[in-house]
Amino acid sequence: MGHDDLTWLIGGPQGGGINAAAEGFAKAATRAGYRVIANIEYHSNIMGEHSYYRVRVGQDGRRNVSERVHVLVALDDETLVGERHAAFPGFKGHVQEVVPGGAVVFDGNDDPGEHGDDVLLCPVPYLELLEQALKGSSREGQAARLKVMTNVVAVGASLALMDFDLPRYQDSLRAEFGGRRADLGELNAKAAALGYEYVRERFADGFAFRLPRVAPPKGRAPLFIRGPQAAAIGKLKAGLGFQSYYPISPATDENVYLEAHQRDQGLVVVQTEDEISAINMAVGAAHAGVRSSTSTSGPGLSLMVEGLGFAAMTEAAGPVLVLWSRGGPSTGLPTRQEQADLRFALQPGHGEFPHLLVAPGDVHEIVRDAYEAFNWADRYQMPVLVLVDKALGTTYVTTDDLGLDRLPPIDRGARFHESANGNAKEDYLRYDFSEGNVTPRSVPGQAGGIYWSTTDEHDPRGHITEDAENRIRMQEKRMGKLDLALREIPADRFLTLHGPKNADITIVGWGSTKGPILDALEILAREDKVKANFLQVRIMRPFPADAVAAILRAAKKTVLVECNYTGQLGLLIREQTGIALDQSIVKYDGRPFSEEELLDGLRHVIAEGPGRLMVSHRLG
Amino acid sequence: MATVLTPRDYKSDVHINWCPGCGDFGIVNAIQMALAELKLPPHRVAVFSGIGCSGKTPHYIHAYGYHTLHGRVLPVATGAKLSNKDLTVLAVGGDGDGYGIGSGYFVNSGRRNVDITYIVFNNSVYGLTKGQGSPTLKKGLRTKSMPEAAIQDGINPLALAVSSGYTFVARGFALDPRGLAGLIAAGVRHRGSSFIDVLQTCPTYNDLYTAEWYNHTQAGGPRLYRLAETGYDGKVKDPADADEVVAKKVQAIAKSYEWGEKIPVGVYYEVDLPTYEDALADRNPRYGQEALVDTDFADRDVDPLLDALR
Repeated sequence: MGHDDLTWLIGGPQGGGINAAAEGFAKAATRAGYRVIANIEYHSNIMGEHSYYRVRVGQDGRRNVSERVHVLVALDDETLVGERHAAFPGFKGHVQEVVPGGAVVFDGNDDPGEHGDDVLLCPVPYLELLEQALKGSSREGQAARLKVMTNVVAVGASLALMDFDLPRYQDSLRAEFGGRRADLGELNAKAAALGYEYVRERFADGFAFRLPRVAPPKGRAPLFIRGPQAAAIGKLKAGLGFQSYYPISPATDENVYLEAHQRDQGLVVVQTEDEISAINMAVGAAHAGVRSSTSTSGPGLSLMVEGLGFAAMTEAAGPVLVLWSRGGPSTGLPTRQEQADLRFALQPGHGEFPHLLVAPGDVHEIVRDAYEAFNWADRYQMPVLVLVDKALGTTYVTTDDLGLDRLPPIDRGARFHESANGNAKEDYLRYDFSEGNVTPRSVPGQAGGIYWSTTDEHDPRGHITEDAENRIRMQEKRMGKLDLALREIPADRFLTLHGPKNADITIVGWGSTKGPILDALEILAREDKVKANFLQVRIMRPFPADAVAAILRAAKKTVLVECNYTGQLGLLIREQTGIALDQSIVKYDGRPFSEEELLDGLRHVIAEGPGRLMVSHRLG
Repeated sequence: MATVLTPRDYKSDVHINWCPGCGDFGIVNAIQMALAELKLPPHRVAVFSGIGCSGKTPHYIHAYGYHTLHGRVLPVATGAKLSNKDLTVLAVGGDGDGYGIGSGYFVNSGRRNVDITYIVFNNSVYGLTKGQGSPTLKKGLRTKSMPEAAIQDGINPLALAVSSGYTFVARGFALDPRGLAGLIAAGVRHRGSSFIDVLQTCPTYNDLYTAEWYNHTQAGGPRLYRLAETGYDGKVKDPADADEVVAKKVQAIAKSYEWGEKIPVGVYYEVDLPTYEDALADRNPRYGQEALVDTDFADRDVDPLLDALR
């Protein structure tokens, strides 16, 4: 028998190979048959600042990370005891997170600092073991230069505690090094084994938190995936032809992933001089008839807004903009979590113009929404924003299937077909408002389809006019497309009521809090006998006001959960339905909700009366 | 479709609302003459513009027309061209549009060498906002609606274009539509980013650079002369010869500072280099074979991407 819910945390200096170390273990665990959720927290820094990876391993497939660490792997001193030299030290080290009976693997030269009585200390001579691993190889004596490999020694050491199948991890190391570097894969495998043996012989006996051996998955291994890859895959399935971007955290991961697949997927990815160029190239591509997209985060969206107005005013079929939101305002917290851009994404620019806004809550929804965004862009001839908060960008999950075979068909919307008149002058009206809100669109190069477009108000042919009556009809044509979308898009795409229909408490949220809230529903039902459900709002514009209002009116008690200061979805609901939610739990410390934080918060508001509760991560 | 195309085939039926005597008329005529000379079917041409008086140009041309945002015309035109490499793409804008608010895009478009032709209507004033000085107005000058003389200096767009990487750099004159049409046609024929700075009169707001000023120096003769008539040759013969490339760039930049009694028009610099589209086709041969807009991605296979995540 083993312990079927372990949190393994590795911390170290940024740029020191921590991602590779953590992902190597997490991927090996996935291949071994466990369900894994893994989240990285890091600074806006290239090298040296503290970063850490939290990997939760089990059989159930938890949807949130936990603060309770069973095995801590420290690659440096700061991981153990926190910042020693900061003027305002906030981070006090991860040792305090280790549960009674848990263990700390650390370099024998470091001081583990204060810790609970019942914590197993496992000092390991990282560098010596690495030297041993290199002995007799062509790289003997190069341990100082290959110091990054001490990570593998440390991970190997921790695996012995959990009784994790070492060869699985070694295979994942070998898989990282192919071709001419294959010898490095072997050396890494050896380094892991030495760490493993060192701890197995000295510390592992009787350690409480061992993983149960599980049967490896039959057939293909599950996917180990996070948001940026999901967004890219959704876009590629939709037929993305053109992506332009300017580098910015945390959107870069998606852009670079697509860039790496230009050759095999046949798309064009352009790195531009700024976000204004990125959005405008994407609008140009949309007008030219290609499915186009860009991805950015809040500061980039601040620059892109005029481009969105341009796309909406000229009724371009797109682009799709994925907004990877991070901590604001201004430069804010570039690598940290926040859901503070919702209201900005609802009104991204001056004037009144239509766009769609959807906010997926997990990798499956990211795939689906990034895919379907292109159908909506074509069908309604407007830009579509997909708002994904940073926690989904840096949280890996295990999943068997992304649902690619259940995607709806590609819909390119109403298109102009060459008329019998050939190239007769000006018989086609690109902005004809006599046949409903959406006019069939031509693309440049099509004979008979010549049209004009302008960011000024325009007549049905696309020429500038300031005529009052035309203005009314054109504004109604454009804005009416939102009503059309509200009628046509299936109701279940707008929102989901998770859990029992009738509940004592209704939690309301969006985006990355979906997983944490679903876990909390289960725990509240099991441990507190509280019957709760969860209203997840997904399409924010056009807003499903009637459906939301019906659910909230039937609810006994409502609690808003959001990662921002003002409770932005709550404000939107109030604006759209007149309903004020009873209570709110907000968090704006730049970190996602942990399982414990959310539960503590919910238990608090269940016990207390109406009001707003701020919660914050206790560590890191 | 008519087999013989004339400039008339590229005229739209929209009333032109530029001021009487505006230099822009000459430029739009020159564009139409060039398109006719090139025998391009109107539906194969897309004209993009920024904002300002020049921004209205696409409305007056019978071709796909996109009147976009202030300063952003080059990114929009670039996105469209890369999406359909078979289109002929013209971008037009004013000097405020291109060298002021759009200066970042002007410079960075030079780096890419996408096969488009960019025509700037350079009159040294912001006309539509009623006559403020623009980025080409030299320090110390004051046009009639400016409350004070300029204390910012003017940029040299030709020198900036050469150093930014444009592979065809020319200057034309709005009141010489026939000569300008020749430059535009040459710019369109050139594979790569062509840039044509057009000296344009603004009879309403620029009382310094008037038709009279351009046509008569104090000594009496015209200020403008054709580079080709002086034996000047801006074309790089061997693009692989780095020394020749630098020498021709230096020559063009030196020539671009000739301003005053004598102002050269014509092709300052030209070099044949691989375009951005060529580079994309090197990465992905299919890009070179068919326009991106015609590529069917419906059968896309993402299984290898998924397998890499297992």
